[in-house]
Amino acid sequence: MNQDTIEHDESLENDESLIALENRLGISRRSFMQLCAAMATTMGLSSNAAAAMIKAVATKQRPSVIWLHFQECTGCTESLLRAEHPTLEKLILDVISLDYHETLFAAAGHQAEAARKSAMKAHKGKYLLVVEGAIPTKDNGIYCKIGGQTAVDMLKECAADAAAVIAIGSCASWGGMPSTPPNPTGSSSAGEVLGKVIPNIPGCPPNPYNFLSTVVHFLTFGKLPEVDDIGRPKFAYSRLIHENCERRPHFDAGRFAMEFGDEGHRKGYCLYKLGCKGPETHANCPAILFGDVGNASWPVGTGHPCIGCTEKGIAFAKPIHALAELKTMRPPVGFPRVVEEQGKGATIAAVVLTAAVAGAAAGAGAMLAKNLGKGVKIDEGEEPKKQEERNPS
Amino acid sequence: MSASHNHPAPAPLGGSLVTPTTTLLAILVAIAGVILLVRFLFGIGAVTNVNDGYTWGIWVVYDVVIGSALACGGYSVALLVYIFNKGDYHPMIRPALLASLFGYTLAGAGVIFDLGRYWNFWHIFWPGYAQINSVMFEVAVCITAYIIVMWIEFSPAFLEKFGLKDIKKKLNKALFFIIALGILLPSMHQSSLGSLLVVFGYQIHPLWQTMLLPLIYLISALTMGFAVVIFEACVASSGFKRPLEMYLLGKLSQVMWWMLTAYLIVRVVDLVVRGAIGTAFVFNIEAFMFWIEMALFIAPMVILSNADSRKQPAKLFVAACSLMLAGFILRINSFLVGYETGPGWHYFPSVSEIMVSIGMIAFEVLAYIVLVRYLPVLSGNTAQSAIASNK
Amino acid sequence: MTISRRDFLKGALAGSALLATGTSPAEARPNKVMPEEALGLLYDSTLCIGCKACVSACKEVNNMPPEFSVEDQLWDTPRDISGKTLNVIKVYEDGTCKTGACGDKDSENGFAFMKVSCLHCVDPSCVSACPVSAMTKDPVTGIVGYDKSICIGCRYCVAACPFGVPRFQYDKALPQISKCQLCRHRMGEGKYAACAEVCPTGATLYGKVKDLHAEAKRRVALKPGEETVFPRGNINTHDQSPHTAKAAKYLPQIYGEKEVGGTQMLKLSAMPFEKLGMPKLPERSFAATSETMQHTLYGGLIAPLAFLGVLTFVAKRNVKNDDDAGDEKK
Repeated sequence: MNQDTIEHDESLENDESLIALENRLGISRRSFMQLCAAMATTMGLSSNAAAAMIKAVATKQRPSVIWLHFQECTGCTESLLRAEHPTLEKLILDVISLDYHETLFAAAGHQAEAARKSAMKAHKGKYLLVVEGAIPTKDNGIYCKIGGQTAVDMLKECAADAAAVIAIGSCASWGGMPSTPPNPTGSSSAGEVLGKVIPNIPGCPPNPYNFLSTVVHFLTFGKLPEVDDIGRPKFAYSRLIHENCERRPHFDAGRFAMEFGDEGHRKGYCLYKLGCKGPETHANCPAILFGDVGNASWPVGTGHPCIGCTEKGIAFAKPIHALAELKTMRPPVGFPRVVEEQGKGATIAAVVLTAAVAGAAAGAGAMLAKNLGKGVKIDEGEEPKKQEERNPS
Repeated sequence: MSASHNHPAPAPLGGSLVTPTTTLLAILVAIAGVILLVRFLFGIGAVTNVNDGYTWGIWVVYDVVIGSALACGGYSVALLVYIFNKGDYHPMIRPALLASLFGYTLAGAGVIFDLGRYWNFWHIFWPGYAQINSVMFEVAVCITAYIIVMWIEFSPAFLEKFGLKDIKKKLNKALFFIIALGILLPSMHQSSLGSLLVVFGYQIHPLWQTMLLPLIYLISALTMGFAVVIFEACVASSGFKRPLEMYLLGKLSQVMWWMLTAYLIVRVVDLVVRGAIGTAFVFNIEAFMFWIEMALFIAPMVILSNADSRKQPAKLFVAACSLMLAGFILRINSFLVGYETGPGWHYFPSVSEIMVSIGMIAFEVLAYIVLVRYLPVLSGNTAQSAIASNK
Repeated sequence: MTISRRDFLKGALAGSALLATGTSPAEARPNKVMPEEALGLLYDSTLCIGCKACVSACKEVNNMPPEFSVEDQLWDTPRDISGKTLNVIKVYEDGTCKTGACGDKDSENGFAFMKVSCLHCVDPSCVSACPVSAMTKDPVTGIVGYDKSICIGCRYCVAACPFGVPRFQYDKALPQISKCQLCRHRMGEGKYAACAEVCPTGATLYGKVKDLHAEAKRRVALKPGEETVFPRGNINTHDQSPHTAKAAKYLPQIYGEKEVGGTQMLKLSAMPFEKLGMPKLPERSFAATSETMQHTLYGGLIAPLAFLGVLTFVAKRNVKNDDDAGDEKK
C-alpha cells in the first residue's frame, strides 16, 4: 500500500471534514492521513480502506466507549497512553467518546458510576464495551468489586446493551496473570464469563496499534476485523513470532545464545535455548514493535526471550527457561526434505549421442551381416585330415 | 594327443597402418585423452554425471564390468582347447587371446580413471591394507593376475617376432600351468563381478539380486566369450578381407548354444524359486529392461536352433551380436537400472563420459588392428592373399 | 552334439567337484556383535525442532566448507549429506504442516524431522566392502572410522551402505570419502560428538549404546502426554541440565535395534520411519551375506586351489608344444 498516494491525494486533503478535523485536533492533515495509512497497513488493508478510514474518522459521530477495569494492572491502558505521538492520545480521546474509564476519569465514586449508567442508557445498543482485566468467578466473584457490584455482574450488565465487546490484554482475553495456576480466585476471561467468543487483543500489554486498528475498523466499516477461532484479529495474531522474528536466520543456521551475556547473546543470536516462546506464540510484535522508539524495540530485539504473553498455557504457566514447542513448520527456503531430486539425468546431447552410437553400431552390424550373407569368401573348412593333404607345410 | 596342429602358423598381416578407419579411431582416442586430462585436473564430477546416488556409472559398469566380460574370448576358447581338448579351435586362440588381452588391459587401465584416489591403488595388493573379505579385493587381484598371465600367454607372439627362440622354448615348458591359471582366474573374477552386488542387499531389484549372481555372471561371461570370438572373426574377415572359418565357428556356436541353454535354465529357475518373477510383470522401467535382456538372450537360441542356420555366417553374426548385447544389458541392468539407493536420484552418462568409453573401445580396436598387422597373430595361410587384396 | 560324451562328463565332474567343495557346510557367517562399551547416539525425532544447531556445529568441528542450495548464498544450506556435509536434518512435510511435530493419528498436515548421518552399524557394509581397509570399525568404541590416506576412492562403500551414508567429493581433483566419525578426533580432548553437545532439546543424545538403548526403551514405554525429564548432551557424564517436556506418541519401535544387525545410532519417532527416509531392513546384515558367499566359494583358497589342480592336470595332458612341431616342420 502506497502511503504517498494517500498523503498526496489532493481531493482528500481539501476535504472540508479533514480541514475541520485539523482544526479540532490541532494536527496537520498530512500527519492524520499518514496515521490512518499506517493503521490500514497494520491490518493488511488496502489504500482504499485507508481513505475510508480517513473519511470515517473525520466525519462520523464519535461512538461511545465504556471501558471496564477488573483484575488488571492497568498496563493495557498505560500502553495506549505511552505512545510517543501525542496525536495518538488525542486521537483516541477525540475519535471515540470515552464515557467511562476509571484510570482517566477525573471523577470518582458515585458520580463516575452515575456517568456510566447514563451513558449506557443514552447509547443503548450502540456503545462499544472494552474490558481490561480478568474477572474472578470463585465464591460468587467477591474478589473484585466496583462500587459494591461484583465484576461478574458488572460485566454482564454492561455487555447486555453493548453493540460490541472487546477484551483488551491477556487478562481479559484468557485470564492472564491472575489466572496463573493454581488460580485461587477463579480468574476468567471476559468471553468465558459472557459464555461466548468475543474479539480479544491479547498481550501483556498488547501493542496499542492492535487495539486502535480494531476500533477504527469498527468505526469505518461497522464491524470488527476478521478474527480466528478464539476471537483474535487475524491481522495481528495469525502468525507465530517465530515466523516473523528478525533472529530467525540465526535459528535456521543453528546459532544460539547459550547464556545471557555470552558471545552469541552479544551477537544477537537466536534465543531459543534461553527459553524463547516465539515458536509457539501468536503475535505481531516483531513487525510493529513497541513504544515507537525505533529498531528492535521488543523483548527479543533487546535480548530477552519471548515469554509468550499472548498465549494461554504459556505465559505465566510455562517457566520462562523452558523450551518452546514448535507449533508449525514454516521451513525457510532451503530446508532439505526427506526426498530431494538429485543428480543429472539424461541431457538431450547425451541421449542423442547414445542413440547415434547405437544407430551407427546397428547400421554397421546390419551391413556386415548382409556382406557375410553374400560375397565374402567363406572357408567352409574341411575335416582336418583333408587340410593336411592340401597344405603340407 | 588329439589336438591337431595342422593349421598354418600365425603370421603378421602386414599392410598400411594409416587408413581412414585407423585415423578415425585415433581421433576418438585423442578426444578421450583430452577429457581424461580434464578429469585428472578437476575431478570426476567435471566430466561425468556420477553422483552419490549412482556412484558407479558407465566407466565402471561398461569399461570394467562389461568390457572384461566382452574380453572373455580368450577364456572361453582356452577352456575349449586346453581343457575340453578341442584342438580344432586352436587357430582361434591367438586372435581371441589378443582381443582378451586388450580388453582386460584396458579394463584395468579404465579402473584407474574411475578411482578417486588412484595414487593409492597399490594398497589393494599390499598385505597390510588389503581387506580380504571384500569382493572387490578378490576381483582386483584376480583381474591383475589374469592380465599378467595373459601377457605371458601371448608372449610367444612377441618372442617369435623378435626371434627369441630359446626363451620361447623355456616358456612353453611351463605353459600348461599358465594356461590353467588363465582359466582359474577368470572363473573367479567374472563370477565375483556378480558377487559385488550381493552386499548392496535390498538396493538391487529382486530381478537381479540373488545368491546365484556368481553363477549367472560366470555362465553369461563364457557365452559372451564365445559370442565375441564369432563377432571378431566376422568383423576381421570383413575388415581384412579374409575368409571366414565357418567350420570352426559353426561348431563353436553349438557350444555357445548349449551354454546359453544352461544360462537360461539357471536364470529362470532362480527367478521362479525366489518368487521374484512376479516383479517382471509390472509396468515399470526395471521390468521393461528385464524383458529386453531376456529377449536378447533368447534370440540367439532361436536363430541358431538348427544345424543349417549355424552354417550361415550372417545368422551367426547376428546371434553373436545379440548375445554380446544380452550380456551387456544384463550388467547394465544389475548395476544401474536395478540399483536404487533411495528415491530422488537420477543418472545418465554425460557426453564427455560417453566419449571416454567410446575412446576406450576405439583404442582397443586400433591397437588390435595395429598389432595384428605387425605381430604374428592371425593364421598364416591366407596372410598372403590378404596382403595381396589389401594393396 | 559334437562334444563327446566323455569330454562333457569330464567337464561336468570338474564342475560338480567345485560346487561340492563350494557348498560344503561352510557356516554362514553370523552378524557381528556390538562391543560392550560401544558409543553411539540416540536421536529422538519427537524432540527435534529442526534448528540445525547440530548441522552447523558439525561443520565447525570438522572444518568443512558451507554448501549452498539457494540463490542467496548467505549461510550453509545443504540439501543432503555430501562431500562437504556430514550431518543434516531433513524435514518430512505433509499438507499445511500445522498439526505439529508428533503427527497425531496419521501424518496428515503434520511434519517431523530426521537426522541424517552415519549410523555406525554393528556389522557395517562399508567395512566389508572396502578393499583396502580404509573403512574400519573400532573394536572398543565400535565407531566406524575412515582413513583417507589408505582410501583408493573406488566408492564401493558409497554404493554398498544400505543407508546411503558415505559420500564422495566429485568436484575435487584430490577427493576423499566423507562421513560422520562420531567426533572421534575430539575424544583425545575429552570432548564428544558436537551434534549432541549443542542440541538444545536433547534430541541428539550421546553416550554408551547400552545406556542409550535403555533410555530409548524408557521413552517408548511412556504414556503420550506424560511429562518427563529428557537428558541432554552426554547421557553418561550428565554434562548438561535435562529438559522437561511432555512425551510424544512414540512409535513402539527403536530404529537401529535390529536393522541389518543393529546400529549404534538409535532412532525414535512418532512418524512412520519409512516416511522419514529410514528403510525397512532385514535383521541379517548384508555384509554377513556377502562374506558368507565369499568364504563359501574361496574360504582358505581350498576350492580355487583344488580347481587349479584339476585344470593343471588336464591342461598338461592336452597342451602340446605346437610351436616345436612347427619348428620341426620348417
